[in-house]
Amino acid sequence: MVAINSEELGKRIAEVFTGSVVSADKEMLVVDSVHLFQVATYLKETPGLDFDYLTVVTAADYMEYFEMIYRMVSLKQNHSLILKTRLYSRDNPTVASLTPLWRAAYYQEREIFDLFGIKFEGHPDLRRLLLWEGFNGHPLRRDYL
Amino acid sequence: MTLLDEFQLFLKTLGWPDWAYYSVPALTGIVIIVAAVLTIVIVFIWWERRLLGRFQIRLGPNRCGPEGIFQPIATAVKILLKEDIVPAKADKVVHFIAPIAVFVPVLMVFAVIPFDKAAILVDLNVGAIYIIAISSLSMLAIFMAAWASCNKYSLIAGLRAIAQMVSYELPVVMSLVGVAMMASSLSMVKIVEAQTLPFILLQPLGCLIFFLGSLAEMNRCPFDLLEADSEIVAGYHTEYSGMKFALFYLGEYGVAFVYAAVITTLFLSGWQGPFLPPVLWFLIKVFLVFTLILWMRATLPRLRVDQLMTFAWKFMLPMSLINLIVVAIEILLVPASLQWVMIVINFGLAAVLILLFSRMFTFGGGRVEV
Amino acid sequence: MSVKTEPFYLNIGPQHPSTHGVLRLRVTLDGEVIVDVEPVIGYLHRGIEKLAEGRTYAQNIPFTDRLDYLAAMTNNVAYCMAVEKLAGIKVPERGEYLRVIFSELMRIASHLMAVGFFLNDIGAMMTPVLYMWREREKILDMFEMACGQRMMYNYMRIGGMSQDVPEEFLPAVKKFIAEMPRYIDEYDQLLAQNEILLARSKGVGILPRETAVSIGASGPVLRASGVKWDLRKMDPYSIYDRFDFEVPTGQTGDCYDRYWVRMQEMRQSVRIVEQALKQLPGKGSVCADVPQFFRAPKGEAYVCIEAPKGNLGFYVVSDGSIAPYRLHIYPPTLINITAMKDMAVGWKIADLIIIFGSIDVVLGEIDR
Repeated sequence: MVAINSEELGKRIAEVFTGSVVSADKEMLVVDSVHLFQVATYLKETPGLDFDYLTVVTAADYMEYFEMIYRMVSLKQNHSLILKTRLYSRDNPTVASLTPLWRAAYYQEREIFDLFGIKFEGHPDLRRLLLWEGFNGHPLRRDYL
Repeated sequence: MTLLDEFQLFLKTLGWPDWAYYSVPALTGIVIIVAAVLTIVIVFIWWERRLLGRFQIRLGPNRCGPEGIFQPIATAVKILLKEDIVPAKADKVVHFIAPIAVFVPVLMVFAVIPFDKAAILVDLNVGAIYIIAISSLSMLAIFMAAWASCNKYSLIAGLRAIAQMVSYELPVVMSLVGVAMMASSLSMVKIVEAQTLPFILLQPLGCLIFFLGSLAEMNRCPFDLLEADSEIVAGYHTEYSGMKFALFYLGEYGVAFVYAAVITTLFLSGWQGPFLPPVLWFLIKVFLVFTLILWMRATLPRLRVDQLMTFAWKFMLPMSLINLIVVAIEILLVPASLQWVMIVINFGLAAVLILLFSRMFTFGGGRVEV
Repeated sequence: MSVKTEPFYLNIGPQHPSTHGVLRLRVTLDGEVIVDVEPVIGYLHRGIEKLAEGRTYAQNIPFTDRLDYLAAMTNNVAYCMAVEKLAGIKVPERGEYLRVIFSELMRIASHLMAVGFFLNDIGAMMTPVLYMWREREKILDMFEMACGQRMMYNYMRIGGMSQDVPEEFLPAVKKFIAEMPRYIDEYDQLLAQNEILLARSKGVGILPRETAVSIGASGPVLRASGVKWDLRKMDPYSIYDRFDFEVPTGQTGDCYDRYWVRMQEMRQSVRIVEQALKQLPGKGSVCADVPQFFRAPKGEAYVCIEAPKGNLGFYVVSDGSIAPYRLHIYPPTLINITAMKDMAVGWKIADLIIIFGSIDVVLGEIDR
């Protein structure tokens, strides 16, 4: 399995969806959170890319923004890609859910909602996963003590 | 003339009043039977745990007494000392009665089981029917326990119990009819006496069906769906503890003893055997049957509930009917001096039928569209 | 004629003999038939990801033992590999080989547990489990020789492992590897053609290939659905490109295939260990020089390996301090249980239990 050249891929995507790519280097492709769903659909459905297999979905809190990290793999082409997007709102970070595309995201997005408080639009059943209903706060945020 | 009849006559010669010479021997017999059954059940428990250990490459209980012989007693003490918990929403009366109702029929069956020609409580002329009738009662008790526990796992177990009993009673009775025809009697003593050759040789198929059916009736592997611990926790006795659980536990082994004894009587020529005293022969055969049951428990996984039903209705029932017809024809046509012909025919037939049916027989998909 | 029935709700777990931990399944039943099933998790949540942010890189290794506690060594390896990738540390040759030997032995041990308890769920009353424990015991004994622990090894270190294996370890592995194929044959004899096992598991709980890929299933669950996807082959991490082994795949993706794939994988693991023992360099360092107060350079790294239960990934972000800024664990079984509903609906309670058993779930990993 080789990591796909995300620099080139970034150029391609920037052509298709204008203004969607924030940055693209050898390791990862960072896209605008507004275009995330479109980019993901493109990645999944374009022949030659065929990212049919989503593995890890996670988030990291860098205080000024939340970073969503998606790693997708193509079983057909045997290549992988790390796709990121940044959410700058702290009170109400919202991003499109990728569950309609890959069901692999179902539990992972629920977990991120639970631990980071990031809302996923279009998720079929967004509830807390690990912690109980009514738990106060989102523990994996850096300012949660 | 049974031992009790002799005892009765002896009391009569002493000039005891009428009520005494009826009740004293009867009570004595009952006490002896209950004591004997409980002792043997305790030995069964020890034997099962010990042997199961061997089957499963472990030691089994070996700390209490030599070879762990006192382990069942230690277990009994432990169970009796436990707190009796009754669920808050349980039907308290039924919950209380159920364990007793499980255990009593088990003891009642032993009234007609001949440990020896004379060692029988009462030689009913409808002994076989009595056994079938009484032993199905404990299924009712199981349903009582399941319903009264107010537990969903128990309820599922109760529903399974009813379905299982209704299905498996039929092949069991059908194969019993074959035995009764051959012995031309329903009395247990007469059935044993008719077995100059054990009926397992004359009716191998009937014996197999009876054995499998009784496995289902006593909830033993691979038909132990009522207490399938990986699915429905402990089934109908999930909500029982302490003494009540002990009764279920005893009842379970008691039923195993009952069916082992019935199989011994019906198919393995009961107490008959050379050299050793009859009672010992009887117990040896019972232990062999029980060991076979135990062996299956150690080896086989469990069937699913629909497969269990399929097995009863599509496999065992037609087989038992065929067996019945074949036996009836043979009784009419084959003279008693030519019994070896019957043995050959029946073994051949059993092999062919089992092979044929196992080819034709499928469990089906099992999935239901919802 | 259709009779109107009411659904019956059953709560399986968190205390239940066969939920393999503290999982709760909220099941809707129609009689015995499953209409809906929803896993409810979080009963074993310990917040390992949060705890890791406050501890140094080395202090986090014991936490990884407590993820998939039936395959703790593999978790150790995966975490250490992630940190090594982050810091650009190269593990000495002997260390790499020993890691392979340990991970493959761990895979055998984990699969033995999985298959054994799968059969226990079918109702085989402990016998297969105890036979499989006989071999698992031997593996645990070998691990105990190496690190003094039988379950929570904490053996791997960043850059290698805490110490070289003792003298008696390699002969023990050799002996075990020589015996193991015979034992697997023995299980096959007992189980593979068992009429009841076939009736219970063939065609039950089918996970079609498309669903398996869509839910991101991995490990034996994915391979049983016919996808030849094994990271050891597709993305040879560590030194897996030096070994010759096959990736067994199933055809239909039913419970029997998952069982069968695990049995075959044990044979392949034996082959890998055999080759690793042959190629293992003699005496030499097993751990790279890593300072005691190790600081990873600023950056991030993601490593995914083929753990016994599927693809286990560790995502580490460093801000240059002695503790990871963020540690994310990608647990294979959490992803695999996404398919529970697809597999179980329409089957009976008894099937639900074996479908669940065939996924091989460990709650330490799901809840973290």
